[in-house]
Amino acid sequence: MRPAYPPIVFLTLQCAANGIRRKGNKVTIKDGLERMATAFKDEQMSGHTPVHSDAVVVRFAGDSGDGMQLTGGQFTLSSALAGNDFATFPDFPAEIRAPIGTLFGVSAFQINFGSSAIDTAGDQPDVLIAMNPAALKTNVGSLREGGLIIADTGEFNQRNLDKAKYATNPFEDGSLAKWQVLAFDISALTLEAVKPFGMGNKDALRCKNMWTLGLALWMFDRDRQPIIDWLNAKFAKNQVLADANIAALNAGHAYGETAELAGPLKQYHVDAAPAPAGLYRTVTGAESISFGLVAGAQLAGLKMFFGGYPITPASAILHHLSRLKEYGITTFQAEDEIAAICSAIGASYAGQLGVTSSSGPGIALKGEAMGLAIMTELPLVIVNSQRGGPSTGLPTKTEQSDLYQAVYGRNGDAPMPVIAARSPVDCFDCAVEAVRIAVEYMTPVMLLTDGYIANAAEPWLVPDLEEYKPFPVEFLESVPEDGFKPYSRDHKLKRPWVKPGTPGLLHRIGGIEKEVDTGHINYAPANHQAMTDIRSAKVNGVADSIPDQIVEQGAAGAKLAVVGWGSTYGPIKQAVRRKRAEGVDVAHVHIRHIWPMPKNMAELLKSFDKIIVPEMNTGQLKTILRDQFLVDAQPVNKVSGQPFTIAEIEAAIGSAL
Amino acid sequence: MNDMTPVKATTPKDWETDQEVRWCPGCGDYAILKAVQRTMPEIGGTPENTVFISGIGCSSRFPYYMETYGFHTIHGRAPAVATGVKLANPDLDVWIITGDGDALSIGGNHTMHLLRRNLDCQIMLFNNEIYGLTKGQYSPTSRVGTNSPSTPYGSVDRPATPCAFALGSGARFVARGFDVSKNLPEVLKAAHAHRGAAFIEIFQNCIVYNKDVFEDFAAPKGADGHQLWLRNGEPMLFGSEKSGGTKGIALDNVGLTLKVVDVVDGDWQSAGVIIHDVTNRSLAHMLVEMPFGEFPMALGVLYDDPRPTFNDAVIAQNESASSGKSPDLGKLLAKGQTWTVAEGHPEI
Repeated sequence: MRPAYPPIVFLTLQCAANGIRRKGNKVTIKDGLERMATAFKDEQMSGHTPVHSDAVVVRFAGDSGDGMQLTGGQFTLSSALAGNDFATFPDFPAEIRAPIGTLFGVSAFQINFGSSAIDTAGDQPDVLIAMNPAALKTNVGSLREGGLIIADTGEFNQRNLDKAKYATNPFEDGSLAKWQVLAFDISALTLEAVKPFGMGNKDALRCKNMWTLGLALWMFDRDRQPIIDWLNAKFAKNQVLADANIAALNAGHAYGETAELAGPLKQYHVDAAPAPAGLYRTVTGAESISFGLVAGAQLAGLKMFFGGYPITPASAILHHLSRLKEYGITTFQAEDEIAAICSAIGASYAGQLGVTSSSGPGIALKGEAMGLAIMTELPLVIVNSQRGGPSTGLPTKTEQSDLYQAVYGRNGDAPMPVIAARSPVDCFDCAVEAVRIAVEYMTPVMLLTDGYIANAAEPWLVPDLEEYKPFPVEFLESVPEDGFKPYSRDHKLKRPWVKPGTPGLLHRIGGIEKEVDTGHINYAPANHQAMTDIRSAKVNGVADSIPDQIVEQGAAGAKLAVVGWGSTYGPIKQAVRRKRAEGVDVAHVHIRHIWPMPKNMAELLKSFDKIIVPEMNTGQLKTILRDQFLVDAQPVNKVSGQPFTIAEIEAAIGSAL
Repeated sequence: MNDMTPVKATTPKDWETDQEVRWCPGCGDYAILKAVQRTMPEIGGTPENTVFISGIGCSSRFPYYMETYGFHTIHGRAPAVATGVKLANPDLDVWIITGDGDALSIGGNHTMHLLRRNLDCQIMLFNNEIYGLTKGQYSPTSRVGTNSPSTPYGSVDRPATPCAFALGSGARFVARGFDVSKNLPEVLKAAHAHRGAAFIEIFQNCIVYNKDVFEDFAAPKGADGHQLWLRNGEPMLFGSEKSGGTKGIALDNVGLTLKVVDVVDGDWQSAGVIIHDVTNRSLAHMLVEMPFGEFPMALGVLYDDPRPTFNDAVIAQNESASSGKSPDLGKLLAKGQTWTVAEGHPEI
């Protein structure tokens, strides 16, 4: 599938890795087709000497109506087809169509692609493609010094400069001196390219993102055909739109070629990343969760019922599953979050796998019903795609601040297994695991992801489903020899699952305290003590079925352990790798099973001299570790709605030692 | 042709559990429980295929006393749980037991959407116009001025009319009865015969916190003058010589409202008495809003006009969306834009 690479000029963009620093050189060109900007004047570069690049970080930024997420998504695909490893970070506003040109209406998509393992979307972009002044203003600050700005001067008119609160044109006032700038009129070039199709100005300008994508494809030596195929499929019902977009894409690509001939703009090449052989695809966390739930239901031998209510960033799971009815899935868009979980509980009661999904505020609404599932001991999977809180908080930004809610957030002593996915790919296995625990222990299980994982994409070696061990559910269908008791238990303390409709096993369940074994209503003091103890012991017993905690890098007994959970995996992994390369005695522990924790956790944590816990909250796992293991876990916190950078974790490691 | 397996006939006794009933002595719920247990054999119900699902409140203890499958859920959420149960197993006969607080206050949203969607089930709303289990606060159906622990100076908000709420939410079956009425099983049978969401408001006497609030029409004395029992195809007649003469409900053609007319010598036709048509939605709207006092209490089946059910529609769509597709998760994962890394490629 990989395209054959033409002889091209290689250029290093990612300089942080090898210590090269390049001086920026700004040339501004205001308008015109033939006017070209400058590119790189690198001491390292002379003629066509190829310089290999480990990794490149590109950020596409524009107005929320500019189609940046789409552009980023297609660029991601082309990275995948080029064999690069990658990680993406879509960063968009909560407003669907924010007023055009405003700072809060900027939508960005960052991709980090490289020839070695990529675990984060990249600390700092090397290339920023800014479609308007607001996009430039809100994103240029994170651009690496010496990085490249590609900007559409067609949008840099006084009105848009005012909206972006630029007092002067940044191309003229020297404020961009530390970066390289390629500024030219992409709008005009797009209009020119799509002229033959006779579209209105407004529609024609909507092809700008494809023009820009064409240029980006040229810059990184990518095959256009998959994108052309995609456009033809997307606009199958409107050939003019398809043709116009393809023309824009081709024009952007041709522009790169022409510009290269003219001298300044160069093409870059990132080698394919080493990877195990096999079939790959890209997958977002939301897709991966959906597939994992389907796989889990199949491994359990159950039909699935998914009750959901739309909420950012969890809705994508409802959307995906709604298209998979042939897998025995019923999806139900409920009237609210509570109905969503209650319908799932009802379906579990009736013998299907009940699943519900939401984000923080919705999870809060589901709290009472989770207690019902705990009390009635029915299997249920609750997916929480966390976002910034409290309250409505930051709907489109990522955070890990629902850990307390997951572990402690219900009335009464209401223990519930909690597991956390570390990456989009990891969501698949975590979803399977959540289903397994739910049905093997007759318990609700919370699966934590976050907005970053849900939206981000990464390459996925398509798993061989044969390698997953089935865990078929056995319903109780007749009266056991010693009589039927709805709350009798097996060695795992699991109660029997009886489908209504089964003759001879009539019984009633509910949220009132149950009598041991019989399940009748019982308020007696000793009985409540016994039932509370049983519920707790049952959930703690899940630890018997999970693997020991492994150390990702380094070993037990290291001077410092960086203990993480969820989507901080990427930056922690890279930071620990770099520090270890410097000779620092640091280990990385990443926890999937948050509750209960693996049985070796106490011993493992106590082996380290020091522990730091980076989290996108104010220290929630830290609290649990201190509570459960009496270890001096130190918090490293970030609650900006943005993921950790590798550098931030490196700095935390440095200051901890 | 195959022989049908004969359904074992049940008796009311078969529907009783061994659990001690814990309602207050004299509570109207006892009578409703008996009526349901009497009805189940008559509708040919089988205990194992019957599920009673309730929320929270005095009424919601009901499932514990029915020898069926039962789920005592959480406050207001029985309709949501029932939706999951019915969609997961449409063969089950689902009965929702709820109260005025459970169905119209905390669970009002779910009640509305269950009716709108038309899930095939029976919803029995026990309306006693008070919160019993929390010791007597006023409820969304309490009359203005109700003195209660939370309204020591009388409640000031206007009550909801459950049947009007149901009809407004899109219900296709609306009926009324009261706890000790001998007609209650007949109403329950009609509800069960209706395919779709069948909403039954049952006035229920809370003898502790809201005693005898329905006596005006429920008391045996003068009942025929205060109760309009609606029967499809029959004139809307009530009253007798004892209660001051036979009367009927007619339409005031000028004001387009209902009115009470005297029926002389049984000649209801010339008095313009309306013949009840359970499929007439406009009429149903007038009947549910008919103010008691000036009018008798409209009881029985007020409205019954089935439409396709939610569960049938969901299952039909599941089937049509699945037809011709062979679910193969392995293939699904490998679908779309994929690429292959060849053997011999450097591994990480």
